[in-house]
Amino acid sequence: MFVPLLVLKNALRHRLRTILTVLGIVVAIAAFGLLRTLVDAWYAGANASSSARLVTRNSVSLVFPLPISYAGKLRQVSGVTGVAWANWFGGVYVSERNFFPQFAISGASYLDLYPEFVLPEAARHAFLADRQGAIAGRKLADKFGWKVGDQIPLRGTIYPGTWTFNLRGIYDGAETSTDTSSFFFHYAYLNETFKQRYGRSMDSVGLYIESLEDPSAAATVSQTIDAMFRNSYAETLTETEKAFQLGFVAMSDAIIGAIQAVSYIVIVIIMAVMANTMAMTARERYAEYATLKALGFGGGFVALLIVLESAAIALAGGALGVLATFPLARAFASTIGSLITGFEVSRETIALQLAAALAVGMIAAAIPAWRAARLRIVDGLRAIG
Amino acid sequence: MTPLVVIEGLSKYYLRGDQVIPVLVDLSLEVAEGEYVALMGPSGSGKSTLLNLIAGIDKPSSGTIRIGGIDIAALSDAELALWRSINVGFVFQFYNLMPVLTAFGNVELPLQLTTLSRPERRERVEAALALVGLTDRAMHLPNELSGGQQQRVAIARALITDPTLIVADEPTGDLDRATAQEILGLLGRLNDELGKTIIMVTHDPKAAETAHRLVHLEKGELVA
Ligand SMILES: Nc1ncnc2c1ncn2[C@@H]1O[C@H](COP(=O)(O)OP(=O)(O)OP(=O)(O)O)[C@@H](O)[C@H]1O
Ligand SMILES: [Mg+2]
Repeated sequence: MFVPLLVLKNALRHRLRTILTVLGIVVAIAAFGLLRTLVDAWYAGANASSSARLVTRNSVSLVFPLPISYAGKLRQVSGVTGVAWANWFGGVYVSERNFFPQFAISGASYLDLYPEFVLPEAARHAFLADRQGAIAGRKLADKFGWKVGDQIPLRGTIYPGTWTFNLRGIYDGAETSTDTSSFFFHYAYLNETFKQRYGRSMDSVGLYIESLEDPSAAATVSQTIDAMFRNSYAETLTETEKAFQLGFVAMSDAIIGAIQAVSYIVIVIIMAVMANTMAMTARERYAEYATLKALGFGGGFVALLIVLESAAIALAGGALGVLATFPLARAFASTIGSLITGFEVSRETIALQLAAALAVGMIAAAIPAWRAARLRIVDGLRAIG
Repeated sequence: MTPLVVIEGLSKYYLRGDQVIPVLVDLSLEVAEGEYVALMGPSGSGKSTLLNLIAGIDKPSSGTIRIGGIDIAALSDAELALWRSINVGFVFQFYNLMPVLTAFGNVELPLQLTTLSRPERRERVEAALALVGLTDRAMHLPNELSGGQQQRVAIARALITDPTLIVADEPTGDLDRATAQEILGLLGRLNDELGKTIIMVTHDPKAAETAHRLVHLEKGELVA
């Protein structure tokens, strides 16, 4: 009881200094948590995607489409149990700021491939029965206050004109990591309207998705598919959905690396600031440490007082920093909108934050504690008066 | 009386670069058990250095310091710390109390190194505070006490483990005459009534008068 009390009283000696130190740690730990959460969210999309599904796209680039006629050929490939397709729409809802992903999809076959999009049976029927129907994820619908039955107008950018859809259902995610911020409608509707407006049909899609009988056969099935279309005018590139998503992520690897580096630099900076504070604090108390030693307390005891005080201040700041991360992450997620989904502070991040705070406290105390432990009594006593 | 402190051939010097600064030179001294010795001498003559060596918070360059038969110069740092906690009570010029602890907490401090129970510690601390007349100030912090009161707390702290030897380095150096007299009276009682051996460094001839014996130090050597 004696040691913790003494440590606490010492920590509260210079209130302002302690408060400012705690505040610095709160900011650093919260910033660290926020940056890590951002990085996590970035990778979450790829991690949530399945390795039991393949994605086939034009081998030249994602911006080049594939002929709609490939669907039939893909269904023939052995090991493939289902084929669906999707086409990026890229429309604007009311304002450019309201960005969210929109896909024209192959109706039932697409929904069958994505069991993680949980849609009530009635809503599914309503969607499939309405050529102009659409479904939206729960997060997206909540954001704009959409209800089933609403008419959703999108201003096309790739496909000019105004497109109006009837919202027939709102899907939930089977897992918390499932993305529920997308908007889906019928490819058939896009294709027909395109024909009406421009006098020719598009008859092409952005990408195909295939479900696999056996996920471990992903490599061979991919090779079979790509071989099938080799030397045709639209060659394909097939990979698992996970690899496909990671490919997106990899494009921004440098940025993610920079964010990660900054998150650690913040910790190093606060460590240096706190080390300076602890050194100053310890130096002011040399006479007290010398007195304790004269009375028979060991160097280890004196070092312990400094380490515990530093750790207590750092952990207090760390705990408050963790608490501050949640509202910060929420605020950040709401400004950034649906651009990044799964923006949630993970347990691992919290553990890392607390570990970082503890490390800051211990490392900041290391040199002052070592010096105080080795302080010669006569030198310490001279430090007063 | 048997000698408590026996010092033989004690030297202490500091090295500054290649220059040797002698502080104590081949010094020998005996202090009997129960004696009250005043150590006087000009500033820089080595009084504090000698006192610190006797109290076991500094190490000699050569020579032996036997206290109660133990050569403390030969002890390791850890052994010396334990030895001090049992055998020596300290009184400093500037009191050296822990500012975050109350008078009670400061007096109790040396007992934190013992296995005494809380009630036992409380009983002892209360007795020591009563002896120095500060029962009603037990819960005050050092900065709420006068210099004389703080020095009385320090004396209670020096007594609390019932050591044989009390060392005091200019215990009245920071106090006015009347308060100094109170403190000297208290030290006299510790010697008289409790039989403590006291070695006190002082600049004040009046203070030195209260001791049994006067030892003069000049340039690191004892003069008669
Ligand atoms: N760490 C050190 N390094 C070098 N010289 C030292 C050191 N400590 C003490 N001295 C020297 O030793 C000498 C004796 O110092 P000491 O403190 O014992 O004197 P003192 O008699 O107590 O003086 P005062 O009456 O002023 O307290 C002084 O000349 C001092 O400069
Ligand atoms: Mg001195």
